[in-house]
Amino acid sequence: MAAASSEEAIKAAKVLMVGAGGIGCELLKTLALSGFSDIHIIDLDTIEVSNLNRQFLFRRSHVGQSKAKVARDAILKFRPNISITPYHANVKDSLFNVDFFKKFNVVLNGLDNLDARRHVNRLCLAAEVPLVESGTTGFLGQVTVHVKGKTECYECQPKPVPKSYPVCTITSTPSKFVHCIVWAKDLLFAKLFGDKNQDNDLNVRSKDDNSSKTDVFERNVDEDIEKYAQRIYDHVFGYNIEAALGNEETWRNRRRPNPIYIRDALPEGVVQQNGCSQDHKNEEPEPSEPSAMVSLGLRNPQEIWSLADNSRVFLEALKLFFEKREKEIGNLIFDKDDQLAVEFVTAAANIRASSFGIPLHSLFEAKGVAGNIVHAVATTNAIIAGLIVIEAIKVLKGDYQNYRMTYCLEHPSRKMLLMPVEPFEPNKSCYVCSETPLVLEVNTKTTKLREVIEKVIKSKLGMNLPLVMVGATLVFEDGEGLEPDEAANYALNLEKILVELPAPVLNGTKLTVEDFQQELKCSINIKHRDEFDEKEPDGMVLAGWSGPVDKQVTSNGEKKPVPSASRTEELDGTAEDISEKPGMKRKLNEILESKENFDALQTSLDVGSSSAQVVDDDEDEDLIMFDEDPKQGKKKRLQ
Amino acid sequence: MDGGGAGAGAEGELTAQETALYDRQIRVWGVDAQKRLSKAHVLVCGMNGTTIEFCKNIVLAGVGSLSLMDDHIVTEDDLNANFLIPPDESIYGGRSRAEVCCESLKDFNPMVRVSVETGDPSLIDGEFLDKFDTVVVSHASLKTKLFINDNCRKRSKRIAFYAIDCKDSCGEIFVDLQEHSYVQKKPGGETEQQELTYPSLQEAISVPWNNLPRKTTKLYFAMRVLENYELSVERSPGETTLSDMPAVLARMKDMCDKMSLNESQIPAPLIERLLSAGKKEHPPVCAILGGILGQEVIKSISCKGDTIKNFFYFDAADGKGVIENIPPNSAN
Ligand SMILES: [Zn+2]
Repeated sequence: MAAASSEEAIKAAKVLMVGAGGIGCELLKTLALSGFSDIHIIDLDTIEVSNLNRQFLFRRSHVGQSKAKVARDAILKFRPNISITPYHANVKDSLFNVDFFKKFNVVLNGLDNLDARRHVNRLCLAAEVPLVESGTTGFLGQVTVHVKGKTECYECQPKPVPKSYPVCTITSTPSKFVHCIVWAKDLLFAKLFGDKNQDNDLNVRSKDDNSSKTDVFERNVDEDIEKYAQRIYDHVFGYNIEAALGNEETWRNRRRPNPIYIRDALPEGVVQQNGCSQDHKNEEPEPSEPSAMVSLGLRNPQEIWSLADNSRVFLEALKLFFEKREKEIGNLIFDKDDQLAVEFVTAAANIRASSFGIPLHSLFEAKGVAGNIVHAVATTNAIIAGLIVIEAIKVLKGDYQNYRMTYCLEHPSRKMLLMPVEPFEPNKSCYVCSETPLVLEVNTKTTKLREVIEKVIKSKLGMNLPLVMVGATLVFEDGEGLEPDEAANYALNLEKILVELPAPVLNGTKLTVEDFQQELKCSINIKHRDEFDEKEPDGMVLAGWSGPVDKQVTSNGEKKPVPSASRTEELDGTAEDISEKPGMKRKLNEILESKENFDALQTSLDVGSSSAQVVDDDEDEDLIMFDEDPKQGKKKRLQ
Repeated sequence: MDGGGAGAGAEGELTAQETALYDRQIRVWGVDAQKRLSKAHVLVCGMNGTTIEFCKNIVLAGVGSLSLMDDHIVTEDDLNANFLIPPDESIYGGRSRAEVCCESLKDFNPMVRVSVETGDPSLIDGEFLDKFDTVVVSHASLKTKLFINDNCRKRSKRIAFYAIDCKDSCGEIFVDLQEHSYVQKKPGGETEQQELTYPSLQEAISVPWNNLPRKTTKLYFAMRVLENYELSVERSPGETTLSDMPAVLARMKDMCDKMSLNESQIPAPLIERLLSAGKKEHPPVCAILGGILGQEVIKSISCKGDTIKNFFYFDAADGKGVIENIPPNSAN
C-alpha cells in the first residue's frame, strides 16, 4: 500500500479540507500522520461544548474559538514541520472561487449540510479537481469519490430533503410530537421573540374579534410580566383551541383537542412552585445564562415533565426572556444551543401535545427534534476519515480503477461492516455535470420572478448568486458590484409577474440561469400551466431535475422517482457538524433491506446507472491482488 | 464508583456536565449505555498507532477508567503513527510509551481517569485482571495473547478480551466475550435479548482449516502462518522480515498439508506484504481498526448492539472490512 509512489504522491499533494468538525478533526490527524504536508482547511464554525465528545483536537478552553485554527494548532504539536493553512470562513465566500480550488490536487469534504456540499461539488467540477465526499450519522457512514468525467458527481443522484409538513397540520391538526415542536419553534417562538415583520401563520387564529386591532401577542405597556405570560398561555393553549373546536368539519374524523387554561394546568396557582427558585442547591456552578429549569429546580433533561411542570417552565421561560434578555426580543431565531429557547419550546410543545393527546417528551428529546440534532460518535468519524485518506491516496496516484465508494454499516451485510462498491458513472441527465435542460411548469400569469428565484433557482438548484436571462435579456442578477440603477431595476423585476417582465416569460420561453462563482449554467424551458394541486405547494414543478425526490417502489419492484412535495422552509438549517450526507440513509436502508438479494442490492444503489457493482471476489475465484507497482497500475490475478 | 472518572451524580443519574458533553452520542446509544460506560475499566497492553486510536475513542466516549501498560522506552520509530507523542526528545526521552501516551490522553476528557500500569503483559496474573472489565492486547506474541486470554477466562467475573494488530495496510481484531447477552435492535425498531457464546483464542485458532468455509478471508490464514512462524523461531511480532520469506512459505506449506488446505488459499503476495510491513502501521488503517474496536468495546460494555463474533479483518488493498466467525458452527 504505502509503496514509494504513494509516499511521493502524498508528499507532493496540496490538499483542501472543507470542514473541521467531527470528520474534519479525525481527517486532519490522519492526513498529518500519513505524511501529507500541505493542507488547507476551511471552517466557518466555532467550537461548542457538545463537540468535545468527538472533535478530539478541541478542549473546553477552546470553546468559542475557530475550529479551523484550533485544529491546526493541535496538529502542529505532533507534526510541527507540516504546513496547515486555516480559514475561519464560509466555503461559499467568493474568496474560494474556481481559481482557488484549482490550486489543489484533491478536495476532501467533512461537511454537515447539503447546501455547502452542492456548492463544493460545483466548484470541484468547474476546477476539475477530484472530490472525496463523506458523511456519518450514528454508526453509519459513507465515503464517495467524485472525479469529473470518470465517476458521478455529488448531485448526479437525488438527495432527499428534510421532511416538511403541511401548514394546517402544524397550525390546526398536529398528530405527532414533531408537529408540536415545529409549531412551538417556528410559529410561537418566532411570534413572541422573533422578527415581528415576518409572516407567521400563528396569526390566523389569533384575533379575538375584528374590532381589536392590537396584536394579542404584544405585551401592553406596564403589563405585569406574570400576567402577560399567563395571558399568552391561555390564549394559545386555551382560547385558540376552543375557537378551533368550533370548526366541526375539522374534527369529524379526528380526536378533538382539549383546551388548556392556566387554571386547569396549575390549579393551586402559579406561585406555588415545587422547587422554588434559588433555594435548590446545585453542585453545578450557577449558569451564566438564565434558565427556567434552574429557577424551578428541574435538573434532569432526560425526565418527562408533567403538564404542570411544563406549564411552569413555559411561564418562567417567557418571563426570563422578558426580564433577562429583553434586548434580544424581536431578533431571536431559535437556536438549539440556546438553553432558555429550548426550555420554552419543549414546554410549549408538550402543553400542545397534552391538548392533542400526543405523548410528551423530555427536554433532551425535544431538543433533538427541534434542533435536528444528528447522532454522532467519534468512532464512526475516525473510520470514515481513514477511508477518506485511503481514497485520497488512490486519487493522487490516479489509480482510478480502484476508486471505491465505501459504506460503513451498523449490521454486517454479507459479512462486511465496511463495504466497498465501485463508483457510479456520471448521470447523463444530471443538470450539474451534464448540459441537460430542465423544464419548469409554472403559471406564468400569476407567478412572480421572485418566487421562481427563491423556490427554484436558489432553493432547488442551489445557486448562490444567480443571474437570470430571458433569451438575450438580463432580467436579474445577484451579488456585489451592481450599479445602483441596475440593482433597483432588478429589484423591480423581482416583484413582476413572469409575463410582465421586460422580456416576457411565456409558454416555451427558455431561461438561462447562471452562477459565476460556481461556474454553473443551465437552461430552463418554461411550460405554462394554470392549475397546481395541493401536492405541489410551490405552485410550480421542476422536471428533468435530479434534486430531492422520494422514491416509491411499485409492486413489481420497479422504481420511480417521485418529486417530493416540500415546503421551502425546511425544518431547520442548523444541522450540526457531522450530519449525515443526505441520501446516505436512503442508500444504506436499501442495502440493509436487500442484503439477502445481491442483485437487488446492485440496482437499489442507483436508479440511473447500470455499471454499479459491489466489489467482491467471486466464489470460485482466487483472491485478486492489486499490484503495488504503479507503472503497471493494473490488477494482477494470482495463480 | 471509585474516585476515577465520570462520577455519575446522585441516584446514578448523569450530571448536567456529562449530559452536555455526551449529548450527541447519548442520542446514539442512550443514557443507560452511557452510565454503564462510565463505570467500566479498560486495560490496554501495547501502545502503538492502532491502540492509541482505540484509547482516544473510548476516552472521548467517557469510559470510567483506562489503564495503559507498555514499559518500552519511546524511540523515534514510535512517532510514526502516533499523535500522542510530541516529536521532542526532551519530552519523550527516557520515558515509557505508556507514560507519554497517558499524559496526552488525560487531556482528551477530564472526566476519565487515565493511568499507567507498569509490568510485563506476559506475566500478568489473574488477580490483577480483576480490576478490569475489558482487556485489549496489541503487538504481543501468540504465547502472550493466549496466556492473557486464558487468565481472563479463569476469573470469576467476565473480562472481555480483545487482540488487535495492524500490519501496514492490513489489520486483524480478535474478540472473546465468553458469554455475552445483549439487547439487539430489530430492523422494525423492537428489541430482543440475545445470547452469544464465544470460543477462546486457543479454541478458535485450533479449528482445522479444512473445516472452514472456502470464502474465509485469506488474511485469517496468513496471520496464523506468521504468528506460528514467529512462535517457532521465538521472534517478537513484527520482527520477521522479507528475508524470512522462504522459511515462512515452508511453514505455510507445512500447516496447509497438516490441515488439508490448498496452498493457493493463502496467496504468497499477501504473505509478502505482511512480512514487508514489519512493525509499520498505515495511519488510515490504524484509524479504521481503532474505530471498529472502540465501537465493539462500547457495544460490549453497554450490552447494546451486535458485537463482532469473533474476528474482524480490514485490508486497504480491497477496502473490505470483514467479520469471520471461527469456528463457523459454534453456538449462535
Ligand atoms: Zn452530476
